Amino acid sequence: MTLKTKLGATTALVLAGTTVFSAANAQEMANDMTIVSWGGAYQNSQQKAYVEPYLEMNEGVTAVWDESSAEAVAKLRAMNEAGNVTWDVVDVVASDAIRLCDEGLAMEIDFNEMLADGDDGSTAEEDFGDLLVSDCFIPQIVYSTTVGYRTDMVGDTAPTDICALFDLDTYPGMRSLERRPINNMEWALLCDGVAKEDVYDVLETEEGQDQAFAKLDTIKDNVVWWTAGADTPQLLADGEVIMGSTYNGRLFSAIEEQDQPIGMLWDAQVFDLDGWIIPTGLSEERLARALDFVRFATDTQRLADQSKYISYGPARASSAPLVGQHAELGIEMAQHMPTDPANATNTFLYNYEWWADYRDDLDAKFQAWLAQ
Amino acid sequence: MSNATTGPDNLTGVTPDTGLKVGQSDETGPVLAADGTSLKSSLNRALRKQKMRALLLIAPLLFFILVTFIYPIGEMLFRSVENQIVGETLPRTVVELADWDADVTDVPGAPVFSALTKDLMVAVEEKNHTRLGSRLNYELSGVSSLFRKSGRGVDDFGEVYTDQFVALDPAWEDPATFIDIFAGERWLTANAAYDGEGPRPRFRLAPGVDDVLPETARMYADFARVVQVEDDDNPAEEEPWNAVYLALYEELSAGAVIPADFPQAALLNQAQAAVATFDTEDLRAQFVEIDEDWADREVWRIIQGYSAPYTAGYFLNAVDLQQTPDGVAWRPENQQIYITLFIRTMIMSTAITLACIMLGYPVAWLMANLPARQANLLMILVLLPFWTSLLVRTSAWKVMLQREGVINDLFVWIGIVADDNRLALINNATGTIIAMTHILLPFMILPLYSVMKTIPVSYTRAAKSLGATNWTAFWRVYFPQSVPGIGAGSILVFILAIGYYITPEIVGGTKGVFISNRIAYHISSSLNWGLAAALGAILLVIVLALYWAYDRIVGIDNVKLGG
Repeated sequence: MTLKTKLGATTALVLAGTTVFSAANAQEMANDMTIVSWGGAYQNSQQKAYVEPYLEMNEGVTAVWDESSAEAVAKLRAMNEAGNVTWDVVDVVASDAIRLCDEGLAMEIDFNEMLADGDDGSTAEEDFGDLLVSDCFIPQIVYSTTVGYRTDMVGDTAPTDICALFDLDTYPGMRSLERRPINNMEWALLCDGVAKEDVYDVLETEEGQDQAFAKLDTIKDNVVWWTAGADTPQLLADGEVIMGSTYNGRLFSAIEEQDQPIGMLWDAQVFDLDGWIIPTGLSEERLARALDFVRFATDTQRLADQSKYISYGPARASSAPLVGQHAELGIEMAQHMPTDPANATNTFLYNYEWWADYRDDLDAKFQAWLAQ
Repeated sequence: MSNATTGPDNLTGVTPDTGLKVGQSDETGPVLAADGTSLKSSLNRALRKQKMRALLLIAPLLFFILVTFIYPIGEMLFRSVENQIVGETLPRTVVELADWDADVTDVPGAPVFSALTKDLMVAVEEKNHTRLGSRLNYELSGVSSLFRKSGRGVDDFGEVYTDQFVALDPAWEDPATFIDIFAGERWLTANAAYDGEGPRPRFRLAPGVDDVLPETARMYADFARVVQVEDDDNPAEEEPWNAVYLALYEELSAGAVIPADFPQAALLNQAQAAVATFDTEDLRAQFVEIDEDWADREVWRIIQGYSAPYTAGYFLNAVDLQQTPDGVAWRPENQQIYITLFIRTMIMSTAITLACIMLGYPVAWLMANLPARQANLLMILVLLPFWTSLLVRTSAWKVMLQREGVINDLFVWIGIVADDNRLALINNATGTIIAMTHILLPFMILPLYSVMKTIPVSYTRAAKSLGATNWTAFWRVYFPQSVPGIGAGSILVFILAIGYYITPEIVGGTKGVFISNRIAYHISSSLNWGLAAALGAILLVIVLALYWAYDRIVGIDNVKLGG
């Protein structure tokens, strides 16, 4: 195929020195792919940072977006049962990736083999490090769930630590928290005197769970429970709540792009990951295309590029030095990354394995607690 | 036709239908048609043709509904009892575990762990073990990671035996030895002829081998299948798993009799003589080393309890019950949620229906009685919300109802509420009722309107002219005639309300969400489709029961959607 030789030549020029096409070149690749993502600003950052460049490099290839990431697990399961998987690469959060992997719906990835090496010479596995939380999951960005507050409603002393959430005396008013146990239970225990490294051990016991619920009980009447990431910024902007948890990227756009009187609390931010999975059951051509795309989209430069459009940290260590300015606002993005050393002085790492085990159980208890 | 003096018979003579009656009452025998057959059967034949034609006409529709509606729903509901995954993933373990009594021994014995090793080996290679783990995790927290962790280590289990077999005779390392013993003649030829196109010929055991070494043969067949299907390799070139050696060791030491003409009989006999001196491996200890939960009685009780192909577990869970060793019991109070939600869904749907009647009735009356121009304008206003996205309408209510929202601002401005004590109108049941009443109102107004349109104005006028007050004329004359419209509207609104979940999700907070929100959660988020199906099935039964009750009390013929 002439296209392929051309394509190989172009990439060799564009990415001289990297090993993007070494393996993939030998195979026929499908020309259409369906990429599943979340829509909105996040999908836009992916479009700009690597889908557009990829399509430019690969003439004749078309990419279709499907904004179904929120229901990806259920939809993939249904597609798999129907024997007709129509998605090629799917953007999901890490906990969903673990479930897809457990269900056999996502392909296992040989990271060093299938992904590009880091620009600094490290192998993919070294470069991603601890963020490889599942055999099927290719991390893309690190985001965090953290707390934003109304600068004009908190009085003279702006909150500096997470326990302000539970401090109704100093900061009276409503708070918004996510309507699920994850993060809330951990924060409750942290603010009830449990050491960070003991949180999950404590939460594993019946007493520990009661302790967390008791702590949450103290603010239960002052909480608006959200389900969509956009809720808290809206509630803050309307003055409905004085503080609330949400994703750091949402707060960034409320503060920097919309100029709202909102401040941000990095204390005890909970890191989480978002990335790609490749569904099982793709034909060889489609799989070759998906792997080729993912290899390109998760290399050092591409991940660094993405941070020009959204304030989420690149998952590769080698990408961090390359993070530059926001594409439109022109502000330095490094300081807005959850992974920035100044922001990451006290972070909390989400324990995926633990939540995979206890999610069903705690969710039932959490919902029952809410309904009481 | 019940009354012979006024029925149609006297006017039109004998019809085919009454003709039969005549024939029966006549003692002389059946009435015959012109061709000599009995009238009844010739009539049936004629009617059958008609029925067939009618059926053919609706066949495409019927087929469509069956395929796209009844079948998927049936299949979804079937999941609420289906539980084959345990028996299919752990076939040997389930059999061994059947005799285990949790009250007698804490943890099952060695045969169960040996069976688990073999089952898990196959499951890991087929990537089924984590699926089973998530299934059982619904019943007991921690099983998910238990299976995930164990899957990583299980391929080393039994290595002790592999090493000793190989030490005894290097032939045991050779895949050909096993092929010689286990592979069937026909498969061997087919496999040798395989040229890489299409699926590999399915592995077949040699006849008779499963009489001599049944367990090993089964294990080897599993191994060969997995190698072919999962890895797309040739079993004749692959060294068997440790689990195959484990099975062989067990059967040889249990005294399997090797016939003299059995393939590799010499090698097998030599091994059988040696196995008594083999070092053994405590598989149970191995499992416990990976995760001490394997020594937990609860884990085994769950596996045993859910080993049947069908389970009532999801339904029990859906009504806050659980299976315990002492029978069915309530779940701990801090986990009871579904009955509350079912009751809440019913109560709130009723409230929404009543609110729709209260608000919709006057509007429908106005529409039915105003001159056409104004009535049309009003109709457009009623239909307008249909042209707006559901999400937009719901989100608009957020702006209206929140603490700093339009309605609260208005109340504060008028002075009804204090500024620091604004009303909580959203993120609770009030919010859900307000927003859903608004969204479902047209479904009440339209049937009401179409019924009211047919009520002649003259009836009310006649009542008034006979001395009725306005109220009596309305209540005794007009209202009873509009009841069919109320019935139709109520059924529509109530059934739609019961299944709603987007609006409650957005404005319902914690006290205003419905059972459908939990169903959606289990379908799309927790992936517990069995529980979702059970909840859905219960909801379906409740709706059908209400429909039945409605039919008994009001009469379904009394419902009118128009004219």
